[in-house]
Amino acid sequence: MKKDWLSIRTIVAAGIGAAIFIILRYISIPVGFVPNTTVQLAYIFLALIAVVYGPVAGGLIGLIGHSLGDALQYGSVWWSWVVVSALVGVGFGLASHFLKLSTGEFGWKSIAIFNAFQVVTQAVGWFLVAPVLDIIIYGEPANKVFAQGFVAGILDIVTVGIFGTLLIWIYSRTRTKAGSLKKEA
Amino acid sequence: MNLRMLSYIERTSAIHRLTGAAKLICFILWSVIAMSTFDTQILAVMLIVGLIVFKMSQIHWREVSFVLTFILIFLLLNDLAIYAFAPQQGTVIYGTSHVVFPLPGRYSLTLEQLFYQLNITIKYFAVTPFALLFIVTTQPSEFAASLNRIGVSYRIAYAVSITLRYIPDVQRSYHEIAQAQQARGVDLSKKAKFGRRMRQAASIIIPLIFSSLDRIEIVSNAMELRRFGKKKKRTWYQERSFTRGDYLAIGITVLLLLLSVWILMKRGSRYYNPFK
Repeated sequence: MKKDWLSIRTIVAAGIGAAIFIILRYISIPVGFVPNTTVQLAYIFLALIAVVYGPVAGGLIGLIGHSLGDALQYGSVWWSWVVVSALVGVGFGLASHFLKLSTGEFGWKSIAIFNAFQVVTQAVGWFLVAPVLDIIIYGEPANKVFAQGFVAGILDIVTVGIFGTLLIWIYSRTRTKAGSLKKEA
Repeated sequence: MNLRMLSYIERTSAIHRLTGAAKLICFILWSVIAMSTFDTQILAVMLIVGLIVFKMSQIHWREVSFVLTFILIFLLLNDLAIYAFAPQQGTVIYGTSHVVFPLPGRYSLTLEQLFYQLNITIKYFAVTPFALLFIVTTQPSEFAASLNRIGVSYRIAYAVSITLRYIPDVQRSYHEIAQAQQARGVDLSKKAKFGRRMRQAASIIIPLIFSSLDRIEIVSNAMELRRFGKKKKRTWYQERSFTRGDYLAIGITVLLLLLSVWILMKRGSRYYNPFK
């Protein structure tokens, strides 16, 4: 394998992952007690798949899923937020180097590592990159885009923190633990 | 779940005959122009050309009206939000203040604000006809070939191709799983409380995700067995060579880009100011 950073598995994960990301964008669950806010399933899924398949797959899913999804759903692409989705995908994926998910390990330490990564990248993405790009590209007023980014960011950090962690934990339970076989007496 | 998505619409128009690669290049350049400039004249030209091209494509409004309704609602809400947060942004940008309608506090409506918001709205809307047409007039199988043609690595182009290929599959799995769970008594109505609703969603989403993860393994093994990615290049069944129309479309777009950059350089500002 020459180009290891873009293996066949990564390409397929990016392709199918982006398809699921696009479908999940249609399904949002109203929180109920906070009006007009929904749980974004797409980013919860992005967290899982990026942690399993790494930063390249995560970034590609964010990029393809968000841009193609925008085009298919709305007929326009909001590039400033596409960039953030790609960035967030890479950020989630970077956590995978520090986790041992394939051997079913996802204890408190792993949860802390994953959440540190997701909080930092999403904070940078939604609080900083998205508003700044909105100002540069679309010339939108600063206070409006920062408020928008702040609300979106907080929501995503909380939902990924709770449900993303939960989903990854469920995934880790399906993996066979290393050394789980015992010799019969 | 109501999945309304744009998809390829078969017609025999000049726009359909353009190669996917040419349309992709035009769409990207068009986005670059719309994102970089704030010049009302350029944006207006883009909007008019967009509408003409839309007409040429023989696509009917009603075929894409669900998307347009969404965009118009989005733009309206966005405009209201901009006004709520920064009612004097226009005055800051254009440097003058012509009050049309005095309102308490800083909310007085000025001509400058109206003009600024008009510009933002056109700016968002100017790209829409092209993004839309690119999706509905390009065959999905030509899409990946086009990406590769404009220089994207064929492995990444192939990922996009897989995405387009698997959207219907994932959709079908979703419906199958949802029906199976409903048969087992999972209540998908909106009446349930949040906690319950999350559990119900999980009972569909989790099988969907996990079956898809299995599919990733199967597909990548199949591709590995067929020696995908062993060569530097690959050919595409749907690839077509450029014709006169393609060069013409790209030429017009490049001209507009140059004009936009020239105006930008000459004025030294992104904004066209009619108030001076």
